[in-house]
Amino acid sequence: MDDLVQITLLSLSVSGLATAISLLIGLPLGTMLALSVFRTRGLVLSVVNTGMALPPVVAGLVIALMLWRSGPLGGLNLIYTPTAIVVAEAVIATPVVLGLSAAGIGQLDPRLQVQLQGLGASRYQTVWWLWREARLSLLAALMAGFGSVISEVGAAMMVGGNISGQTRVLTTAIVLDVSRGDFGTAIELGGILLALAFMVNGVLTWAQQSGRRG
Amino acid sequence: MSSKFPPRRFRAALCLVASLALSACSTATPASTAASTPPVPATPALILATTTSTQDSGLLDELVPAFQKATGYVVKTVAVGTGQALTMGQQGNADVLLVHAPSSEKTFMDGGFGVDRLLVAHNYFLIVGPSSDPAGIGSAKTANEAFAKIAAAKATFVSRGDGSGTETKELAIWKANSITPKGQAWYIQSGQGMGATLQIASEKQGYTITDNATFIANGSKLQLTSLVQGDPSLLNIYHVISVNPTKWPKVNSVGAKAFADYVTSSTGQDLIGGFGKAKYGQALFVADAGKNEADLK
Repeated sequence: MDDLVQITLLSLSVSGLATAISLLIGLPLGTMLALSVFRTRGLVLSVVNTGMALPPVVAGLVIALMLWRSGPLGGLNLIYTPTAIVVAEAVIATPVVLGLSAAGIGQLDPRLQVQLQGLGASRYQTVWWLWREARLSLLAALMAGFGSVISEVGAAMMVGGNISGQTRVLTTAIVLDVSRGDFGTAIELGGILLALAFMVNGVLTWAQQSGRRG
Repeated sequence: MSSKFPPRRFRAALCLVASLALSACSTATPASTAASTPPVPATPALILATTTSTQDSGLLDELVPAFQKATGYVVKTVAVGTGQALTMGQQGNADVLLVHAPSSEKTFMDGGFGVDRLLVAHNYFLIVGPSSDPAGIGSAKTANEAFAKIAAAKATFVSRGDGSGTETKELAIWKANSITPKGQAWYIQSGQGMGATLQIASEKQGYTITDNATFIANGSKLQLTSLVQGDPSLLNIYHVISVNPTKWPKVNSVGAKAFADYVTSSTGQDLIGGFGKAKYGQALFVADAGKNEADLK
């Protein structure tokens, strides 16, 4: 009844876009957090790491409260649209990417940064080479961020509404099938979801492992 | 290691992420089901808050696409249960409601939150349970008697527990018996929709109250039988209510009226009255628009 291809593509694109946003925000901020030294750094790191444990349904609820017509951003008419799901999932993935990037960069030998600057690298060149050096951890952070949103259902349900043909993604479709007793279809959708995640992570892992040969 | 900068595989990974992000721009627009024949309305998006029984029985899967095709509206159906649907109406978060809890609806209308409450259809509640019927309610002549027997036998009873129209009916029957089931070991509250609640009752071989549409639609997957039916107190009436635009100016009142008009029109009524005949051999709803509510049995 539901178009399986449409649901799969919607899942992939919504989670892909959310992960991309989380990367754009999380990677630079995580790098800054790892490389800067300031007094409240430990506190900030703790807050970020707590963000990784943020329940997706709570993130969804907070965003729904803002996007509902009765909420402050109700005029944007974003409730029950795929954009709302992207926003909610970006909120969920960003702390994951941020925290793991900070850990990945923070783990590098501090003398590397000194050496790069000693060789005359500009600030951007230094960061780029540090990212190269930490790429195993950074790609793991990316995979973790993607994993956290492709499989979540609470936020997508709250801000998306699971509307057929509009905001129904793989996870919310599975929940609906289960509540109707269509367990066979639910397992099939679960299989598709896992295959999707496997393909995406397969490419990212392949990229991650490229340095290991050298 | 290659001296090319950045590494080839790294670039491939970046390309993958970028293409995923770009694909979102094209597929993130909703698959519009608005037909090209009718004029596209000024505000096509319409939020319909409704019960889980209209969704779990499959009625909305036929009714909503037909309405969308006929009028060009894009309906965002949020099936949350009557209690939550009425709350959404009170907060202006929905445009039109399709609900089935007359007492709660009356409070809603008295508060001035809705305009045009129209009768749509009715069907019946059933008290279902295991065929072994440990509480012996099969012989009960009324719903009140059946519930009294269940409480006396301390038989497992699964309640919706979610503020829905079905739960409202259930609580009214307990109240008529002066029984307070909440907190007792045999009384389970699922907090979920009708389909899920029936599954729990089936797995636990307990009793529950359900609308006949959802029960018939899901019946083949359940190990439950209908034990008590036909009592006039088990009448289940559906109304459509448009949210009051005076209280909430952002409400799509034109769209709400279009939906209310459609479900009470002869096309909509034929669809509702005929729903289920092909698949289950019997109609799941009785279309009632325009009738006097007191005449319903």
